[in-house]
Amino acid sequence: MALLQIAEPGQSTAPHQHRLAVGIDLGTTNSLVATVRNGVAVVLNDADGHALLPSVVRYAPDGSVAVGYAAQAEAARDPKNTIVSVKRFMGRGLKDIAHAESAPYDFVDAPGMVRLRTVAGVKSPVEVSAEILRTLRLRAEAALGGPLVGAVVTVPAYFDDAQRQATKDAAQLAGLNVLRLLNEPTAAAIAYGLDNAAEGVYAVYDLGGGTFDLSILRLSKGVFEVLATSGDAALGGDDFDQRLFCWIVEQARLAPLSPEDARLLLAKAREAKEQLTTHAETRVTATLTSGEVVDVVVTQQQFWDMTRHLVQKTLAPTRKALRDAGLAPEEVKGVVMVGGATRMPNVQQAVAEFFKQTPLNNLDPDKVVALGAAMQANVLAGNRTADDDWLLLDVIPLSLGLETMGGLVEKIIPRNSTIPIAKAQDFTTFKDGQTAMSLHVVQGERELVSDCRSLARFELRGIPPMAAGAARIRVTFQVDADGLLSVSARESTTGVQASVTVKPSYGLADEDITRMLKESFEHAREDMHARALREQQVEAARVIEAVESALAQDGDLLNEQETATIRALIEELRAALPEPADHRALKRLIDKVAKGTEEFAARRMDRSIKRALAGKKIEQL
Amino acid sequence: MAITLTDKAAAHVQSFLAKRGKGIGLRVGVRTSGCSGMAYKLEFADEILPDDITFESHGVKVVVDPKSLPYIDGTELDYTREGLNEGFKFNNPNVKSSCGCGESFNV
Repeated sequence: MALLQIAEPGQSTAPHQHRLAVGIDLGTTNSLVATVRNGVAVVLNDADGHALLPSVVRYAPDGSVAVGYAAQAEAARDPKNTIVSVKRFMGRGLKDIAHAESAPYDFVDAPGMVRLRTVAGVKSPVEVSAEILRTLRLRAEAALGGPLVGAVVTVPAYFDDAQRQATKDAAQLAGLNVLRLLNEPTAAAIAYGLDNAAEGVYAVYDLGGGTFDLSILRLSKGVFEVLATSGDAALGGDDFDQRLFCWIVEQARLAPLSPEDARLLLAKAREAKEQLTTHAETRVTATLTSGEVVDVVVTQQQFWDMTRHLVQKTLAPTRKALRDAGLAPEEVKGVVMVGGATRMPNVQQAVAEFFKQTPLNNLDPDKVVALGAAMQANVLAGNRTADDDWLLLDVIPLSLGLETMGGLVEKIIPRNSTIPIAKAQDFTTFKDGQTAMSLHVVQGERELVSDCRSLARFELRGIPPMAAGAARIRVTFQVDADGLLSVSARESTTGVQASVTVKPSYGLADEDITRMLKESFEHAREDMHARALREQQVEAARVIEAVESALAQDGDLLNEQETATIRALIEELRAALPEPADHRALKRLIDKVAKGTEEFAARRMDRSIKRALAGKKIEQL
Repeated sequence: MAITLTDKAAAHVQSFLAKRGKGIGLRVGVRTSGCSGMAYKLEFADEILPDDITFESHGVKVVVDPKSLPYIDGTELDYTREGLNEGFKFNNPNVKSSCGCGESFNV
């Protein structure tokens, strides 16, 4: 007998049509899966009652794959085949990875994304992540009693196209239908029901095991926009453990420790840290392999003093994010706490002082992202009525455009456009009889293609031969709800089309986006000149091309003297083309050619009219 | 006759209602669909319609529409756990046959 769940009024499903959907928090350190059951979002535990699944995958020599606690237990013994924190490698090339040399893995540089050589063969970060996601899918299917219709998977707000696509690929590989990717801070805000709250700006303070992220969200008309993100990729609860561990070593005056002793004491330090969240003091006792006994008492105040600099370290990115968003701390309406490390009272206190308000912390900070994702999945799966349907919007961080003649960028979708979005623009051919067109999709704010980031190239073939400028090619840019771009080009008379879905090969880090934006401001004037110059160069080339083709066709309309004059004008223009003094000089030469060929153009016009009229009666016209 | 809840089922319904923050009780009923005739309906009740019949079981208000009642009268609703899965189970004395998974039934 199937087990039933209570539905919302009028939302009972037909038998065998439960729209089971889950939210997945695919974390750097831990991952979770949650669902909405009987109207309440709950995290699904594994058979042992664990909610968290350590994001650790181990490939064993016998070909088996272990995920979670089992894999974590082997991490120290078999570091090369035990992949931890794979999220840091998603959508990243080898050169994008900081401190790759200090990681215990055997990296293989591959185009687009780095690979890891393990005993089970070369694995991509997508495959490793898929193992984690598959484990969560199986857990959810066992807990919900049926196959899932889909999942919402969360990603950091700063993830770029390549990282998002990699996450989506991993989910598909794990047999999950991705309803959509959701930004982690947005998921946390949803879990707190902020989407139903008053409009305004909210901050999400996410201090996890090894990473710190701060996001500023703006809620308006039920829509969340990410205004700014900031953080520290190497700061988290683990640093607090490490600090306490060092303190214990100093206090107990211990000689340099063996790796086993160090691991033991580090685990003790973590326990002590957790104790100090609710207790004024705690005792750390351990017996080392040498037989030496460690026994120290640490008070909450001592712990806070020794970790004060770590707490302070989170405030710098917080200030930066606010500055980027152009906001003062007082303008933030609410602060959401995410990540296990935010349980520490000193962290809570520092955040409260900074924002001058009590942060939202009544949900389990480890689970809040997964819960929000589950609530979103529940809506997307159609388990709620239409009237309280939410629409979550994000913005694209950098403009998307197309290369045009002369290496210039034509921006099709400007940055900060809310997604999903689709925009179309018409382009035409440059040369007579041109039958193909090469399209180059770029991302960035600069005017020249060479200063922007190349995303993809594709060709549209089969354009019917026409005079230059007569063909109409409609290029459509579409960014879906997950921030993924597809570009299509269609020639209007024949309907031939070509398209590309962008899976950018390399990721852009936050700093890159900031840098690209800053450069575009700094180089604005320079770029303007460069653009004007390129435009005149393109125009000059077009004029030369047009005059030459006219001479070839109707050269007999001119006498020798006239032909020579026109040829001289073209040659002058051609000579100036590669390195003109400035765009105005080039423009003057173009005008000169135009003037010098006016008479020729008039004669050609007469001839073509005569041709058109020849042999036709008045009434036929 | 009546519709009743086990202690466990009632406790869960009450906790779900509390977390949901609204609703006056539980609506149960049947619909004609599914692979074997009828299917159960289990929803939160936000209102009681004029023709509805209500029962009270372990402090939970159970709302049934009059057309459904004959099919499920005497049913005891239980809450059980099967492996990782958990949920409500209808122990319906009227059922003659049901489909493999028990989600739909004939009387």
